[in-house]
Parts: sequence; structure tokens; C-alpha cells
Amino acid sequence: MSLAKRIIPCLDVDDGRVVKGVQFVDIRDAGDPVEVARRYDRQGADEITFLDITASSDRRDTIAHVVEKVASEVFIPLTVGGGIRQLEDIYRLLDVGADKVSINTTAVNNPDFINEASGHFGNQCIVVAIDAKRVDDGSHWEIFTHGGRNSTGLDAIEWATQMADRGAGELLVTSMDRDGTKDGFDLALMRAITDAVSVPVIASGGVGELEHLAEGVLEGGADAVLAASIFHFGEFTIQEAKQHMASRQIEMRL
Amino acid sequence: MHSVVIVNLGTGNLRSVYRAFEYVGGKGDVVISADPEVIRNARKLVLPGQGAIGTWMRQLHQDTRLRAAVFERLQTGPVLGICLGLQALFDFSEENGGQDGMGLITGQVRHFEPAHRAADASNSHLKIPHMGWNRVKQRFDHPLWHDIADQERFYFVHSYYVDAADPATVVGESDYGIPFTAAAARDNLFATQFHPEKSQQAGLQLIKNFIHWNGVQ
Repeated sequence: MSLAKRIIPCLDVDDGRVVKGVQFVDIRDAGDPVEVARRYDRQGADEITFLDITASSDRRDTIAHVVEKVASEVFIPLTVGGGIRQLEDIYRLLDVGADKVSINTTAVNNPDFINEASGHFGNQCIVVAIDAKRVDDGSHWEIFTHGGRNSTGLDAIEWATQMADRGAGELLVTSMDRDGTKDGFDLALMRAITDAVSVPVIASGGVGELEHLAEGVLEGGADAVLAASIFHFGEFTIQEAKQHMASRQIEMRL
Repeated sequence: MHSVVIVNLGTGNLRSVYRAFEYVGGKGDVVISADPEVIRNARKLVLPGQGAIGTWMRQLHQDTRLRAAVFERLQTGPVLGICLGLQALFDFSEENGGQDGMGLITGQVRHFEPAHRAADASNSHLKIPHMGWNRVKQRFDHPLWHDIADQERFYFVHSYYVDAADPATVVGESDYGIPFTAAAARDNLFATQFHPEKSQQAGLQLIKNFIHWNGVQ
């Protein structure tokens, strides 16, 4: 096997600015997503994901401008998530240079949208983001929306299977129990989903150290790992993360 | 006359290809077009494509003037096919219940089997689409491999793969459970399964090589 596992840094962007503090000593404007993306590209990021958390819908165009600028000088796959409600939103983002879009709440509200979107643009550019949380004494996982506040009653494993069947080309799975904790991925959740679906799975939520990334692949079975804060605060470079994973016998693009 | 013409069959995202060519070749010299005259006169022709091959071939066939221009231009002058632009050069694809291709290079396009398991410690089954950075073995020298290391990684995303009949056309090979054609070449044609426009330095180098290529293997 020579396909490399991927490391994907994620940038939360609010009204065109990176939030959740990015701290690099050697970039002039750490809030500028273009500068941060450029930096990650140089460090060897395999893809970059932008999560648009802009609250007001009339400022939506700012993310398109960000993507357009990044896409004109960073030539690796770019994914954009947040606020995608209709085919027109996807069209707009692909047109400015995104390669994939990540869809979360709209998939829950209207699952047919995933069939429509993948039928229109191909499953290679439709990522479904799944936010899952343990319920019933931790015996299984349910889908939550709105940052883990709203329960949907949907079983996470069944939902993942359904999304892949409807045309998602990839699943971005975030454990809402682990997100922000730095305790590592929910490996049982990752393994349950990677075993259940035939599409690639990106593990997300909880990375605090480099070994967590390796665990996501080796124990969780993930095809890619996504992290934000461990890279933003300059604790580790992407290259260091890749070296660590390679030292655990994981195939990486070094 | 434009130096680089990217054929627009209305499927998939051509902006990334456009941007990469613009970055390497300079502004103003790259155009996305479905105009038969523009295509016929292209110094360098790029045939990109994503999504389903059935839709792609239908777009090509429903406009007879466009179809004639593309087929004529494919006979002579440098051509770079990308993704579906590789698969469509072959005889036949299993996709969409079976679809004839353009038959310019002999071989078939087949679906990856999900049964294969990774040989690494994860023991995961191989996911479809084949998505990510895989190594490309250069099976013979070609001007488009100039300054690109053998076994370099490129970015792939596809569920169907090319099984070329003539090994002499397989200029690049990768492995995903089975070996498959990562790049094919014949005379003035060079086509990749991977996306050079998304493959960072190696991909940009390949695009640069194409811009400087005279179409002779």
C-alpha cells in the first residue's frame, strides 16, 4: 500500500478572519487565513479545511474571497464547510477554487440534499460532517447539531452509512465529547464508522499530542486526521506530526 | 490564439486547473472554452473532467461541431488529459452501466474492488474513492516527467481506474490494492489519473513541463 494517510489542518474563519487564535512568530498577520494557509502548505499539509463560522448570512461572501485568494497560490485540495444550504452555495465555493464542501446541518435537515449535491457535482467533492456524542451511558453515539447542543435522535453509525449511500464521498467525523479536550479521538467511534462505510473517513475532535494522530489511523482506522489547535499554537509543525506518524509505520507524504 | 485551452464540457470544477495553469504560465494566456474554433487552434489542449464519465461523453457527443474539433485536435499537438480526461481516451468504461470512450488508447476503465485490505498495521479495507496522495512510478522517460522524482506523490480522487492494454502506453503506474495506470502517454497525448493542479510542487512542475512540451514523446 502506498496511499499516504493525510493530515488536514482546520481553520475556523469568522467574517474572513481566523479565530481560535493562531500563534506563529514568523507570520505578520496570524488572523489572515491566506497567510496561515500558505504557512500550512509550506509545512506539508495534505489538504486544508476552512470552517466558516460567520453568523450573519449577509457576510457569507467573505469566505469565498478567502478561498479565492488561497486557491490562487496554494495548490493542494481545499475544503470549505459551514452554512451550505443549497446547490448554489456549493457552486459558488467550487467556482472560487474550493475542491470539496463539507455539509453538516443541512444533511440532517434534508438528507436528500446529499443525493442532489453528489449527483450534481460528483461524490468526490461532497464531504458530510458528522458530529457525534455518546448517549445511553456511552453505549452508542447519536448525531448532534449546533455544536453539540441539539440532539437529533439519529444513531451515528446508521447515519454515517446512510450518508455514504446517499453519495457522500468522504465523512468528517467529530466526537463532540472529545472536541477541545486534548484527550485524543474517540477511537471506538472512529473504528465503528470506518468499519461500517466504504468511503474515506477523516477523524476529528480531541487531538492534544502527536500520538493521538497516529492512534486515529492505527486504532481508529481513519484515512485522514484533522486538527486545529496543536498546529495553530505552533506546538507542533505539520512536518513534525508527519514524522511522528511515519515513525509509527504509517505511510505519509513527507 | 491562446497558448493553453482548457476544454469545457460543463462537468466538474475547471477553475482549479485554470488557476494552476495561470500560476505557472502567466495571466492572459489560458482560457476555458467550448468553442470549436478555439479548441482547434489551441497550442496546448487540456482535457479535464470530474464526476461521471457518462455525462462527460454525452456533453461531447451532443454538439457535433465541438466533438469534431476535439477529435481533430487530439490527433496532433500537445494534449494533457486529467482524471476523466485520461479515462475518456480509452475504449470502454464500466461506469454508468457501460460507456464507450474515445478509443484513442487501448484499454478499459474498471471499478476498484472494495474487498482489498491495506497491508499496513491499520488492517482497514481500502476505501473508495481512492483519495489522497499516492506514489507514481515512472515506467519510462517522458518530457513531462522532467525534474520530477520517480515515485513522487500526486493527489488522486477517483473510483474507476484505467487498465491499459498496451504496457508501452503506461508512462506512470500506482498501486491501490492492485497496480493501475496513473498516467498514460502515446505520441502527442499525455494524461494523468491524478490531479496535477492539486499536487503542490510536483504537480506544478508537470504543468510547467506540459507548457514547454512540443508534443513529441
